Formats: sequence, C-alpha cells, structure tokens
Amino acid sequence: MWANTMPLWNTFWELRRELDRLFDNYDFGLLRGPNRRAVFPALNIWDNAESIFVEAEVPGVKAADLEISAVGNELTIKGRRAPLENKDLTYHRQERGVGEFTRVVTLPCDVDADKVDASLKDGVLRIELPKAAAARPRQITVKTA
Amino acid sequence: MATETSIQKSESQVVQPERVRGGPTYIPAVDIVETNDKLILMADVPGATTEGLDVRYERGQLTISARVTPRQDPNTDYLLREYGVGDFYRVFEVGEGIDAEKIEAELSDGVLTLHLPKVPALLPRKIAVKSA
Repeated sequence: MWANTMPLWNTFWELRRELDRLFDNYDFGLLRGPNRRAVFPALNIWDNAESIFVEAEVPGVKAADLEISAVGNELTIKGRRAPLENKDLTYHRQERGVGEFTRVVTLPCDVDADKVDASLKDGVLRIELPKAAAARPRQITVKTA
Repeated sequence: MATETSIQKSESQVVQPERVRGGPTYIPAVDIVETNDKLILMADVPGATTEGLDVRYERGQLTISARVTPRQDPNTDYLLREYGVGDFYRVFEVGEGIDAEKIEAELSDGVLTLHLPKVPALLPRKIAVKSA
C-alpha cells in the first residue's frame, strides 16, 4: 500500500513547487508584510552537485557580530544585532528585533567544514558549504554484460 | 493654553499604483524613534543598493521604495525556502513638522536610516522660571 501512495505525494510536492513559482512571478498588487517569523533569521537553502548554499537576511548585523560554524551535517549561525546606543529617545514603532539569535540547521549531507565560505553583503549572508567528498553523487557506469 | 503641535506618524492607507514589473513586493520592518530634534526611521531592506533606493518626501508623505534584484535563478530547486526576495515599498504620513530640506538618508548593511529633523519652531524650548 505504501509503495503505491508514494508517487502520489511526490505529485503534490511538485504541484506546490510550481504554484510557489507561479505566485512568485506574479504581482497581485498586494504588499506582503514584513517577514516576521518565529525564528530569525529566515533561511533559504539550495544545492548543486558540489555544494550546499544557505542564504539568510540579516540586515543591521555586522560581520564581526556573526559566528558561523559547521560540523558534520550541522550548520550553526549565531549573531547579534545591537540596539541603539542613544538612550534619550522615544520609540514610536519597533518592528525590527534586537538582541542575540542562534539558528541550527541540519543539512541533507555532511559538508567539508574546512572549506565553508561565508560572505555578507548589504545585509544578506550567503554561506557556501562544499559537500564532503563521501557525500557527492557519483556516476555509476552501467556495464553491458 | 498653548496649542500642542505634534508630529504624526501614521501609516497611510494609500491605493498602490500597480507596478509594471512583476514580482513580489514586501513591506520592510521599520523602527521609528524620536529624539529632541529629529525623527529617526530605520528600515530593514536587505539586498537593496543605493541605486535601487528611492526615498521621497512630498506633502507630508514619506515614501520608501527599494528595487531588489533577484539573487537566484527563478528555477532554483530549494531545499528550504523561508523567505522570498523582492522589492520593498512603504509609505508613511509624517505630517508637517519636518524640515524637508534637511532630510538625510544612509544605507548600510541592508538598513536604511533616515534622519528627519524637526522644524526649528517645534523644538522644545526650555523656559527659565524666574523667582519673583
């Protein structure tokens, strides 16, 4: 029974992905609210044959305030966003968070922690984690007998 | 009794003109802070650059608009996708108490900071009390 239902779930995931893409390219004229999630920072992760890429939006965080570490298949992103120093002020609106954050992600495979590359530009953090040699897909040639 | 002059910061319910370019538009998270002599507005606009940024103040309305170029191939197969990348747009009604000539804007680390100095007439003036 399970074997029969698996392909059906794949179809749903494909459909959902296509719908996501469809809505991304179409502007309904609606403004989407600030990306306020329970966890910070929000992450986008994708990969290719050689590496896994992780991108996070961390505006207002300096490179010195970020701590990124990887071991095995786990990536940890730690950092802090400093509050304003000036104490003599009245807040009318506070929508941006301040303080420390930590996010731990389990990646789909082991990565080579020595070769991880992280860069921060315009508040966007981009981490490239080369997959461990043992985890890379290997082409298997089919021999004809 | 002197009438109170205050600076209003309400968000205006404006009908958005439709954009020609497709793609999502996000409302940036914003902190608004008031000191004695100015309003400071900080908006999170990660991925925006000075070229794509447009800040306008006209007739009491402050408009922040940032074009953000997509960073990934639209056909990327994501393993995890928690946020989308798109333009930013937000309009504030700042009222008349701002000296429009002296508004300053700076962009650093994906945060747009606007300094909106108050009109000098509105600065609080300390009045010395003389004992009779």
